[in-house]
Amino acid sequence: MKLVAANLPALQVLIPLVGALLAAFARRGATGWAIALVASWLAPVISITMLLRVLEGGVISYHLGGWAPPIGIEYRVDLLNAFVLVIVSTIGAVVMPFARRSVADEIDGDKQSWFYAMYLLCLAGLLGISVTGDAFNIFVFLEISSLSSYVLVAMGRSRRSLLAAFQYLIVGTIGATFYVIGIGFLYLATGSLNIADIAVRLGPAMAETPRPVLAALAFLTVGISLKLALFPLHVWLPGAYAGAPSLATAFLAGTSTKVAIYVLIRLFFSVFGVGITFNALPVGEVLLVLSVAAMFIASLSAVSQGDVKRLLAYSSVAQVGYITLGISLANVSGLTGGIVHIFNHAIMKTALFLSLGAIVYRTGSAGLSDLAGIGRRMPLTMAVFVIGGAGLIGVPGTAGFISKWYLAVGALERGWWPLVFLIVASSLIAVLYIGRVVEVAWFREPSAVAAKATDPPLSMLLPMFVLAAATLYFGFETQASAGLAGRIAEGLLGIGSAR
Amino acid sequence: METIGKLVAHYNYVVTIFLMVAGLYIVIARSNMIKKLVGLSLFQTSVYLLYIEPGKIIGGTAPIIDPAFKVYSNPLPHVLILTAIVVGIATVALGLALVVRIYEAYGTIEEDEIFETEGEA
Repeated sequence: MKLVAANLPALQVLIPLVGALLAAFARRGATGWAIALVASWLAPVISITMLLRVLEGGVISYHLGGWAPPIGIEYRVDLLNAFVLVIVSTIGAVVMPFARRSVADEIDGDKQSWFYAMYLLCLAGLLGISVTGDAFNIFVFLEISSLSSYVLVAMGRSRRSLLAAFQYLIVGTIGATFYVIGIGFLYLATGSLNIADIAVRLGPAMAETPRPVLAALAFLTVGISLKLALFPLHVWLPGAYAGAPSLATAFLAGTSTKVAIYVLIRLFFSVFGVGITFNALPVGEVLLVLSVAAMFIASLSAVSQGDVKRLLAYSSVAQVGYITLGISLANVSGLTGGIVHIFNHAIMKTALFLSLGAIVYRTGSAGLSDLAGIGRRMPLTMAVFVIGGAGLIGVPGTAGFISKWYLAVGALERGWWPLVFLIVASSLIAVLYIGRVVEVAWFREPSAVAAKATDPPLSMLLPMFVLAAATLYFGFETQASAGLAGRIAEGLLGIGSAR
Repeated sequence: METIGKLVAHYNYVVTIFLMVAGLYIVIARSNMIKKLVGLSLFQTSVYLLYIEPGKIIGGTAPIIDPAFKVYSNPLPHVLILTAIVVGIATVALGLALVVRIYEAYGTIEEDEIFETEGEA
């Protein structure tokens, strides 16, 4: 037991990694699912234990292979990491009961265990990015998670999935390569790859040779922005989300862009620091403009989509805009709003994609016209959709409202009151695209496929209920989400006692 | 004149950056998926050079401790790039596999032609 407790950060990555290997050897889909279930349910146990430990005793520093940093690779868990680990591992675990039937329905029998292998590999990569304290290690995990998500996308039923996966591969690899170039410049300037060590050495390096440091900042920002689908670098996302199997979409929408956002926050605030990021280059201004553009243009694109999966994907681009808006504000309230929206958006969007996955399970289609009247045939599923949608809009009493509240406060503290207007106005567009789905689903005569549909079995309903309940719960009880995010933001900006 | 002198002295970086930009250009400009992957591979490979070059220290020897030598080259970039090469191979292999599947499904590997039949992906 002591051995396990001492090696938690490594186990966080190792368990899904070994699970992926085992699942790849499984012949039957059910065996693969059982392995994935065990591995993905152990992950949140570990991450929550680590979060509690960080809250109690401060940063966990784990030396891989016993080599002390900065020579050895360090897994470093502070509040921000632990928070992101909890989000990723919880989403990964919650969707698993849903997976069994959804995957069996959408993927051929002999490929199901491969699907679970890729799923676990992706989970391992995402957890690895979040847990490691080594900049080059992040690249390796980034590629592990990306390569496996290309495969997940390509496993979709339509041939367009292949095309989407190829585009995702091209764009994702360019993003990752930009990241490596950026890390290369940082290594040239500081001679270190350990994130905490780079942060210490960056000040003198910046004074001596500012150019490679600024080049590094530019390359890293663009590279990670490709991965997190910052407008206008989001072109890969709608195709990938629409093409992937329902479960993969729900999982990726809740986790992969979120982890990329974590990397961006880590680089901006922990490595470069507010001084270099926002004063030496106009990163804040660029990010602000692109975030607002994402909030409006992506939302408007969502309104006109005929495929609900694609609609929700565009909405994801818009929601990422809110998070990066919080980052660009670079004050405690704004950053709190951004960080808490990582969490809130993860639960809301996963709930939405799961309920859509249930509809696909019953009707075989995610087209808006096929959803006509589905609300009366699958009331529980659509209820989850409505709660998730209300969260996206930011209706008071849902989690989405909390994030937008903090963002608005952050904008006001900056004195940028027109931005508050823009946040509200863009939320109204969300009313349009969610409203369109709700109108079709509840107020139209059932379509041919919808008429025969019924609510899915309990194993699929439960994960949806859990996430919908969380959307409502975190709309009222904000201590665990926004309170923690606030402490993280204070720590990142160097205010207050939290680290 | 001074600029030219600098460029000549750092000709290796000039080559690296040329390869980098050429690779990225091919990825963006070409519609043929195999050519895109070639460009992508070129782009990734140029980054290997970016890492390896500064690792060489003039007058330095292989980093094996020996009383006869005092100056060693930095071995770390090589190790990093070894990892990056593996990642690069995996990426290109997966990309090629996808192209095979796309050819089976569409009968062409020209993105223009596919978009004509499919609309935006």
